[in-house]
Amino acid sequence: MKKIVKVTGPGMPLLLDDIDTDRIIPARYLRCVTFDGLGDHVFKDDREQHGDHVFDRDHHQDAKVLVAGRNFGCGSSREHAPQALLRWGIEAIIAESFAEIFHGNCTALGIPCVHATPEQLKQINAAVEADPTLHLTVCLETSTVTHGDTKHDCHVHEGTRTALVSGQWDYLGELLEGEPQIRETASQLPYVTNFA
Amino acid sequence: MSDTRNLFNRVWDNHVVRELASGQSQIFIGQHLIHEVTSPQAFQMLRDRGLKVMYPERTLATVDHIIPTEIQSRPFADGLAEEMMTAIEKNCDEFGITLLDLNDDRQGVVHIVGPELGVTQPGMTIACGDSHTSTHGAFGSIAMGIGTSQVAAVLASQTLPMSRPKVRRVEVNGELGPGVYAKDVALYIIRKLGVQGGVGYAYEFAGTVFDAMTMEERMTVCNMSIEGGARCGYINPDQTTVDYIRGRPFAPQGAAFEKAAEYWLSLASGPDAQYDDVVVYDAADIEPTVTWGINPGQSIGVSEEIGSVDSFPEQEQAGVREALTFMELEEHQPIKGLKIDVAFVGSCTNGRISDLREAARVAEGHKVADHVRALIVPGSQQVRKQAEEEGLDKIFEEAGFQWRAAGCSMCLAMNPDKLSGRELCASSSNRNFKGRQGSPTGRTLLMSPAMVAAAAIAGEVVDVREVAAPVGV
Repeated sequence: MKKIVKVTGPGMPLLLDDIDTDRIIPARYLRCVTFDGLGDHVFKDDREQHGDHVFDRDHHQDAKVLVAGRNFGCGSSREHAPQALLRWGIEAIIAESFAEIFHGNCTALGIPCVHATPEQLKQINAAVEADPTLHLTVCLETSTVTHGDTKHDCHVHEGTRTALVSGQWDYLGELLEGEPQIRETASQLPYVTNFA
Repeated sequence: MSDTRNLFNRVWDNHVVRELASGQSQIFIGQHLIHEVTSPQAFQMLRDRGLKVMYPERTLATVDHIIPTEIQSRPFADGLAEEMMTAIEKNCDEFGITLLDLNDDRQGVVHIVGPELGVTQPGMTIACGDSHTSTHGAFGSIAMGIGTSQVAAVLASQTLPMSRPKVRRVEVNGELGPGVYAKDVALYIIRKLGVQGGVGYAYEFAGTVFDAMTMEERMTVCNMSIEGGARCGYINPDQTTVDYIRGRPFAPQGAAFEKAAEYWLSLASGPDAQYDDVVVYDAADIEPTVTWGINPGQSIGVSEEIGSVDSFPEQEQAGVREALTFMELEEHQPIKGLKIDVAFVGSCTNGRISDLREAARVAEGHKVADHVRALIVPGSQQVRKQAEEEGLDKIFEEAGFQWRAAGCSMCLAMNPDKLSGRELCASSSNRNFKGRQGSPTGRTLLMSPAMVAAAAIAGEVVDVREVAAPVGV
């Protein structure tokens, strides 16, 4: 798989807490059998209700790095949410914290989730708002976010970091290599053998 | 030396296949549950890679999210829903998986049918492409919601890469007052610990309140674990658990059952079990609870008023302002007396037979307020059948509730049951997120099924303790 070490691109300022996956992609757009086209519906309801949503602003259309707040991606397990963000163009997310299922879904899609402090997020968000062309660089080798001359020491979950940097984030092949051990573990579980 | 591991760590250790290069553990998944929304792309991933399902007999499929609850003849009026139904039928047929479709009287919401059929058992690892998989933890299993790429991983390998979470014991002691239900306990805990308080944790619910609960009540509490940010929630298996499972079609039978029961009970956390964190609450502090905001942590007791913005921690204040604006509520406003437009009893949280019985008890002999549209949606075909045998359907219909077929319905409104415009809904479901019930501007108040029924009749939020004779809970 592709090794994901660095993501660089303009930022998307969305410094809000508790953004749930129903908001990222409303349930009515889950009536589909592929993920194609989900990018068009990112934050659909918010965008329709607030005329000047960041995802609609002309100067953010090239954004690659999403800046968010606490508990980003809470709620439903729908992978449609990170799929929609990815298909819109988001390749990395910086937030104070992430809901765990969402975090796992992002990693499986090769989207780095970076943890930053509230103070760091305020600074990064303000910098992007002040200059939408400003490039943010997420570096997984150093766990840092850089813009211009400013470098923030952030945190990336170690398992995630290793998986992305080594190109093992598409873990299915590695899981399947363990088939003999999978069968062995299963044979030790009393319920698999019907408590015989 | 005594074993100081809690149930979570015992079950986890039993399921570790090996350590992966990322440092995560490869964990065997004992039971995989699938439904029509999060599985089609996963099956396509298998096809694209030429893979099979490794343990088709450890996978069970049902249909729930997009199921219409009125006109169920095929093809469905909604072409997209029909396409999803066709996809799961084809996928299950091609990959050798049992599907509980609409013609099967065992069909229903995935988290209702698993326990109902005895598929859900203590000591298992259970995964499903749905966040409310945490429900199954009520049996003392590790049960987790996953995304579609992970659904593909479980189909192909019966395993997942995982990092071991910490375990927090959430203890609630004492006795619940009359009219206070499992839903109120769940909302109370989330209010106390926050919607992100559980991130990084599995929650063990313990104490006399959970000991005294029925399995159905325990499922309601564990169902809501995810709303508190926890990876999963569970309750240690006891005699109540064993008695519930006995005789169910997918459960071990005869001598194997006795052996199984002994094993299940042996997994429970002992008195010396260790935890990463412990919190303790008093049941006497919990009253019927109602959400007023746009996440399940924004709730108050029914006799309370909404706090002022500055009474919340600084970091929450922006969210509180957003919630008040969206919900059209004011600081210091009492929740009682708020006029509702819609009432919904159902969902994986509160669509079980006991929930319908409680709602019917409140509704019996009364009429739904003229301005209220009220729906009762059983969680499964079995629940619907049981309710009809007990005459609950008649009680509801005479009171003016609509009696529907089984499905997820107005919990997330992927079927035709939706709010419209700014409607305000008293709902027994699990999420009050913006737009959750099908209208981008619709508003949701979460509460217990008894409170929903009481609100439907009064036409406004009321305290169920004041309108119905209390029963022992």
